[in-house]
Amino acid sequence: MTQTFTLDGKAIPFADGQTIIQAALAAGVFIPHLCYHPEFKPHGSCKLCTVKVNGRQTASCTMRAAAGMQVESNTEEINAERRALTQMLFVEGNHFCPSCEKSGDCQLQATAYHLGMMSPHFDHFFPNRPVDASHPELLLDFNRCILCSLCVRASRDVDGKNVFALSGRGIKTHLIVNAKSGRLADTDIALGDKAVQVCPVGVILRKRTGFAVPIGERTYDKAPIAETVAQEGT
Amino acid sequence: MTYNLETAAHPEKLRRVAIDPVSRVEGHGKVTILLDDQNKVHQVRLHIVEFRGFEKFIQGRPYWEVPVMVQRLCGICPVSHHLAASKAMDVIVGARKLTPTAEKLRRLMHYGQMLQSHALHFFHLCSPDLLFGFDSDVTKRNIVGVAAAHPETAKRGVLLRKFGQEVIRHTAGKRVHGTGSVPGGVNKALTVAERDELLKDIYPIIAWSRDAVHLIQKVHIQDPGLYNSFGIFRSNFMSIVGHNGDLDFYHGSLRARDDNGKLIFDGVDYQDYDRYIEEEVKPWSYMKFPFLRSIGKENGWYKVGPLARVQNCDQIPTPFAEHERKEFVDYAGGTPMHAPLAYHWTRMIEMLHAAEAIKELLHDDDLLGADLVVQGERRTDGVGVIEAPRGTLFHHYRVDENDVVTMANLIVSTTNNNQAMNEAVRHVARRYLHGREVTEGLLNHIEVAIRAFDPCLSCATHALGKMPLEVELVDAEGALVHRLSRS
Repeated sequence: MTQTFTLDGKAIPFADGQTIIQAALAAGVFIPHLCYHPEFKPHGSCKLCTVKVNGRQTASCTMRAAAGMQVESNTEEINAERRALTQMLFVEGNHFCPSCEKSGDCQLQATAYHLGMMSPHFDHFFPNRPVDASHPELLLDFNRCILCSLCVRASRDVDGKNVFALSGRGIKTHLIVNAKSGRLADTDIALGDKAVQVCPVGVILRKRTGFAVPIGERTYDKAPIAETVAQEGT
Repeated sequence: MTYNLETAAHPEKLRRVAIDPVSRVEGHGKVTILLDDQNKVHQVRLHIVEFRGFEKFIQGRPYWEVPVMVQRLCGICPVSHHLAASKAMDVIVGARKLTPTAEKLRRLMHYGQMLQSHALHFFHLCSPDLLFGFDSDVTKRNIVGVAAAHPETAKRGVLLRKFGQEVIRHTAGKRVHGTGSVPGGVNKALTVAERDELLKDIYPIIAWSRDAVHLIQKVHIQDPGLYNSFGIFRSNFMSIVGHNGDLDFYHGSLRARDDNGKLIFDGVDYQDYDRYIEEEVKPWSYMKFPFLRSIGKENGWYKVGPLARVQNCDQIPTPFAEHERKEFVDYAGGTPMHAPLAYHWTRMIEMLHAAEAIKELLHDDDLLGADLVVQGERRTDGVGVIEAPRGTLFHHYRVDENDVVTMANLIVSTTNNNQAMNEAVRHVARRYLHGREVTEGLLNHIEVAIRAFDPCLSCATHALGKMPLEVELVDAEGALVHRLSRS
């Protein structure tokens, strides 16, 4: 007999070991997330996928589904908190969508639209983060990093290269390149690496290809993130 | 160098009148006038009070981002910045010649923009002054007043602008701040459906543009005493001209003439612009003062924009607009016309040319092609120049071996007209304000002179017609004498 839990009043089937977000996405129900990726171990850091399980908050990417759970996700209260988290991500970095080549393909931007974020609300930090353009084929724009660690996990777990790492603590946490010089050119990263493909924002970019896709044909021009992700199950 | 009325000999004892902000222009600027006890004018300055800093924060960014980033300078003619930067980046990526599809799509985008910007300026910003009079009832001297008194004219203004915006949307992806142009070409061609949608409306657009030329021509000719002399000053003028001396908004070589129409230089490759043009900084404005090097700071300043372009070219390559150009040249009597209000007439001739050029492009199947981008040998230095609605626009970038911009220099159209606008304002102040009680109507004369140039003072986005205007007269002791406000 199929086991189920309840998500916003709807019965969601799950298999043993599945997390709440895995089961929800498999059932075509979108839970906002940024650091979660189905191909990698959960990180539980962005907290956007927070849901209430039997009245208590938890990250749906790390909590295993259990039969009979009462899960709330798409509520005004939880979405307001997700929106505040997203606003904090925007002000902590330099996210200038108008001139960002990832605009229209960016998960952070699409999530902000999904959550109805109308302004950054908080004061901008405006950190000074120069780009690393040393690599002949790739550009690193640290201004847009949201510390999801997907590139860290991809490089370590799939590419076996450990090109990226998160350094520092708390508010000082930042993405670094694992080379003595700290420059991407001095690593063995390659265009085909998983770490290059996985960035949900506009940090790791293939050089000289920006804006090649016209407006109207970008990922989230075609459908909002909730539909796109629910269809793809990612 | 100080010009007549630029700097008062003893400013400390004078009253200061400020028009801040100047209304019905794009951007934020102010005019200050220093008057003595007899209301005699001692100093007039048009100040540009915003500091933008684009040249600085482009540094350190990858070059392919620049055409999209710099267009945020402006919400009225962003396509000009988008394309000027793209043309500079074409040089950087070695794309000296674009594919026919790419060049024609960029031209279409640009001519759509010329149409919408000129329509916006003429119908929305200036027609209230031209149709009702410079010191007419201030409560009706706006686009709403025009819509009430001349509904068909106002409606055409809206539809002309809308058409231009639709051309931009189909070529750039959005009406404002699209991404159609990329270094070396464009990112999309026109579809048959998009082309047909535009073709459907082009003929009334051309007809209305012709009517607009005739409207301003009539207004101008009916009152030559005003229109031929208001704010007049003589100056050099400059623009790019296309192949065979054609009027060309997208591409060409630099040509400058003196106030009598004699060539100063011609056929200059704009990659060498900095050998011909230099900029001066003055402490009272954020806008620089460019001048022609060969003539020097004192007399080397010039005007750009429609009045310069229409008189600088040898011909306009579309029939209706060429006919109107000849009418204009005949009226001017064979010598260059310098009257600022003639900007309006020439601007409408240009709008007609843009409409005709759009029609010709829409009948060209190259717009539907698939060959969109070319590349060649990389270079480190690139200059892109385009004729924006307000005049010649220069973008100059240096890009290092890692694809990052290390230097940017922009000379925007309005900057080229800086000294010219100051001269026009001083002329008007001398003639209309000198020794008289300052009224709103008289101050509007100052603004009319500025508006003729269609300046984009910050080259930034602003709400139309909602800018409050507040003028304060302060006596020599700093006490408020008189206040006028418009909200």
